[in-house]
Amino acid sequence: MADTGLLEALLRLLEKVDGGIESQDVAADLGVDHQLIVGAVKSLQALGEVISAQQKSSKRWELTGEGREIAEQGSHEARVFNAIPDEGLPQNELMKMPSGKVGFSKAMSNKWIRLDKAHEGGPRVFKTVETIEDTVRDKLQLVQKGLSAKLEDKEKNELKKRKLLSEVTVKSYWITKGSSFSTTITKQETELTPEMIASGSWKEKKFKPYNFEAMGVAADCGHLHPLMKVRTQFRQIFLEMGFTEMPTNNFIESSFWNFDSLFQPQQHPARDQHDTFFISDPALAHEFPQDYLERVKQVHSEGGYGSQGYKYDWKIEEAQKNLLRTHTTAVSARMLYKLAQQKFTPVKYFSIDRVFRNETLDATHLAEFHQIEGVVADYGLTLGNLMGILHQFFTKLGLKKWVEVGNSGVFRPEMLLPMGLPEGVSVIAWGLSLERPTMIKYGINNIRELVGHKVNLQMVYDSPICRLDS
Amino acid sequence: MPTVSVKRDLLFEALGQKYTDEEFDELCFEFGLELDEITSEKEILIREQGDEKAEGASDVVLYKIDVPANRYDLLCLEGLVRGLQVFKEKLEAPRYKRVSPADGGEPQRLVITEETASVRPHAVAAVLRNITFTQERYESFIELQEKLHQNICRKRTLVAIGTHDLDTISGPFTYTAKPPGEIRFKPLNQSKEYTATELMSLYKTDSHLRHYLHIIENEPLYPIIYDSNGIVLSMPPIINGDHSKISLNTKNIFIECTATDLTKAKTTLDMVVTMFSEYCEEPFTVEGAEVVYPDGRLCVYPELAYRTETLSGDFINKRVGINESAESIAQLLTRMCLRSEVSGEGDLIQVEIPPTRADVIHACDIMEDAAIAYGFNNIVRSTPRTYTIANQLPLNKLTELLRQDLAAAGFTEALTFALCSEEDIADKLRKNIAETRAVHISNPKTTEFQVARTCLLPGLLKTLAANRKMPLPLKLFEISDVVLKDETKDIGARNNRRLCAVYYNKSPGFEVIHGLLDRVMQLLDVKPGRNQGYHIQAAEDSTFFPGRCAEIFSCGKSIGHLGVLHPDVISRFELTMPCSAIDIDIEPFL
Repeated sequence: MADTGLLEALLRLLEKVDGGIESQDVAADLGVDHQLIVGAVKSLQALGEVISAQQKSSKRWELTGEGREIAEQGSHEARVFNAIPDEGLPQNELMKMPSGKVGFSKAMSNKWIRLDKAHEGGPRVFKTVETIEDTVRDKLQLVQKGLSAKLEDKEKNELKKRKLLSEVTVKSYWITKGSSFSTTITKQETELTPEMIASGSWKEKKFKPYNFEAMGVAADCGHLHPLMKVRTQFRQIFLEMGFTEMPTNNFIESSFWNFDSLFQPQQHPARDQHDTFFISDPALAHEFPQDYLERVKQVHSEGGYGSQGYKYDWKIEEAQKNLLRTHTTAVSARMLYKLAQQKFTPVKYFSIDRVFRNETLDATHLAEFHQIEGVVADYGLTLGNLMGILHQFFTKLGLKKWVEVGNSGVFRPEMLLPMGLPEGVSVIAWGLSLERPTMIKYGINNIRELVGHKVNLQMVYDSPICRLDS
Repeated sequence: MPTVSVKRDLLFEALGQKYTDEEFDELCFEFGLELDEITSEKEILIREQGDEKAEGASDVVLYKIDVPANRYDLLCLEGLVRGLQVFKEKLEAPRYKRVSPADGGEPQRLVITEETASVRPHAVAAVLRNITFTQERYESFIELQEKLHQNICRKRTLVAIGTHDLDTISGPFTYTAKPPGEIRFKPLNQSKEYTATELMSLYKTDSHLRHYLHIIENEPLYPIIYDSNGIVLSMPPIINGDHSKISLNTKNIFIECTATDLTKAKTTLDMVVTMFSEYCEEPFTVEGAEVVYPDGRLCVYPELAYRTETLSGDFINKRVGINESAESIAQLLTRMCLRSEVSGEGDLIQVEIPPTRADVIHACDIMEDAAIAYGFNNIVRSTPRTYTIANQLPLNKLTELLRQDLAAAGFTEALTFALCSEEDIADKLRKNIAETRAVHISNPKTTEFQVARTCLLPGLLKTLAANRKMPLPLKLFEISDVVLKDETKDIGARNNRRLCAVYYNKSPGFEVIHGLLDRVMQLLDVKPGRNQGYHIQAAEDSTFFPGRCAEIFSCGKSIGHLGVLHPDVISRFELTMPCSAIDIDIEPFL
């Protein structure tokens, strides 16, 4: 805040005029530097509508440092001339003067002085005229008084060339009275303080206006990962629909549970090294429900339960091979087998967890992703039921076109009956990936920006909450 | 799902009707197929190899149709047309018949010797008589074999098909196996003879055949089929002989399929002959061939077996969720090439499964076909009445609750890969891989997938490294599973749910990470204290800076570590600032 006295002096000047005043005139009137007046204008503006000020810029001639020296002490040539006594001065002495060199040549060309090179005792300088007129000094003094308009452009440019004058751009203000003009200053408060509240002084104060265009200070907080936010919503949907969560915390699975139990033949391409990560240590699973395993072997190799089977030589060695599960359906198989070992009660199960594929990676495929799976087991379920529950699920997701997003179906009797589930029980199931709806929801094109260590943390910081149905 | 590519105009000619693209797309959908793409050879070439290569290529319109993986009967134009015509009730499904040679002649015979047992023990055969090829039919015949090889034959590992001009060879044929050095013949489309050994190196660079070499490459004996004059028909599953190759003018075709899976061999043979017997003088008849096994058993192929299943209309109605009469269901099934009749007893339906429908192995497959023919879009959606109470998995419930509060404590959630390199969990953490209890992957395509992670720390450090440009401090956490070997489990390994957090800044911030531990314990309602509570105790751990690591105990049990990371760990993860970390097992808090 500029000095209050200056502010009030400015306001008093303004009070006297009808229209407005120029800040440079104010500076001249008050005899202070123009920059101080600029500061005062800014302070007054911050107080609200006391004054109104329009910035303008104008060009002005100003003396350089050397120019100011000449205005005070005379031009170099005048100083040389004045230094020479009537009897003359040795040239080498003259040259020792501060203005000696420049002044000598200027005074020579003005023909104010002459040089007697042949003088005994070395070259000597003599005046050639009685008096001189120091026009350079006169012109500079005119500029100093603000009367540069009296000089011709040619003259000013010549002085500019001699680096005695310079043309500067001056930012100044055209100041007029504001809507709440007053000649006294009330200081504005920046913030409400406890003291003001206690004393009630806030009632008398004026408060500095806030800049509502600026952003606030970023909240100091942690953030949840967008994929996990979507996972939470999918969990919520399943829970709302009465589905119980399956224990999927077993990334390593045997081929038996991942493939054989699902009636996936041992020659199936999905069981190829190119599609599935197999485990070298621990390479083999060593424990299976033996009688169930026998039934699985039979239904693959010979059929049964109304099935022709695949009629091939089913090998335990193939079933023992450990792998990184390729789908969470391996867990569904374990859960359905477990269910079959008890008196049957209808169930609805779900899981959302990681699965692994030894696939070629690209912008939308990684070697691991999250699979969402829903399973319903009950007597007499129909294809109409499957379509009905899918419709409900995808309605909750807010997705109209759901056919493209996932897979669904009815588990085969060759899978269910060997487990020991009752004949009339049907199991319907569907699955989809968590990544795809998340990428759509958050507008992410490259999966690496979302999943894995190459994640863009700024994206995590900035991602909105997840409401799937809006 | 295999994609079958057919010429549109040929298809419409065979169907006896023209369709718009939309109409044909609709027809495919009704029949359970998907019209995937409408294109041309030229378009494909432009897309794959650029404009120049495509110059002069055909711009005949091609339909690319996605066919369900086990519908081998729809892999060629002939099968597609037959299926669609029967579906639209314009044609009755043909009956495929095996016949004996005309004029009471002897059937062709293929004798299997015992040497084949070690490499490829099965073979089946059949003859197509008096066939008439056109250019299109011939191409389709070759293309079907290729499609079968890629699908049911599992890239020739299970079955390999050989087709021969029967008039160039004379039976009986011998299927045997010999050392590659002793096999010598002129292979298809070559001008001179090679030994089998030479062929294997010749085909190393063949863009097509090199994919099949591995099937027999390391076998001491290679499979080989000779005619009675010692002429080589084929060296399955690699290449046929040049001598017996078929052409547009071939009239009589000898088909052999050698296999490691007999069921698949029979199905494959059935597919080839049912599809192309259409062009025989007497359509849909196939001349049987005898196959003699090393033990003297004699079988006649192709089997062309028809099977009848009996099921009730009620079964179909209840499984699909419709209410149709048995007669109407029988009609639906007949349209799917499953000739069906109501047997007169109640609502029982006799369903005949033809040799072309090897995919129908259970009544549920018949049910599915009934649903397709009825139209999925015509089935009324209904909500299952299954009443259940939902439960969360306690471990996941705890994880969800903790995640929320860790974010509230100012830490940001990372989501890192469960697979990583050995280096990530061992060398970079200054640990010995042998002591990590890590599960190892046998067939990783890159080092990124050598092991399942045994701790969450490497993933978080890599996340820091990828985000070094972000303003400091960086505070990250993850609650997720690691995998550890565990012999008490049926598969020898188990997951372990862990909580890991890191603080990365210009100063190590041990007190920040320590404060996070205090907060987590507060959330878990565990008080500070030696016995029933939690405490930390100085410990040595090679991942951490000496004197800056403590072990965390809860109720007297060690649950993890916290501390300032060792400078070597920091630089090995390409980081430059001090970093403190906490890693605990959360399963004890269930």
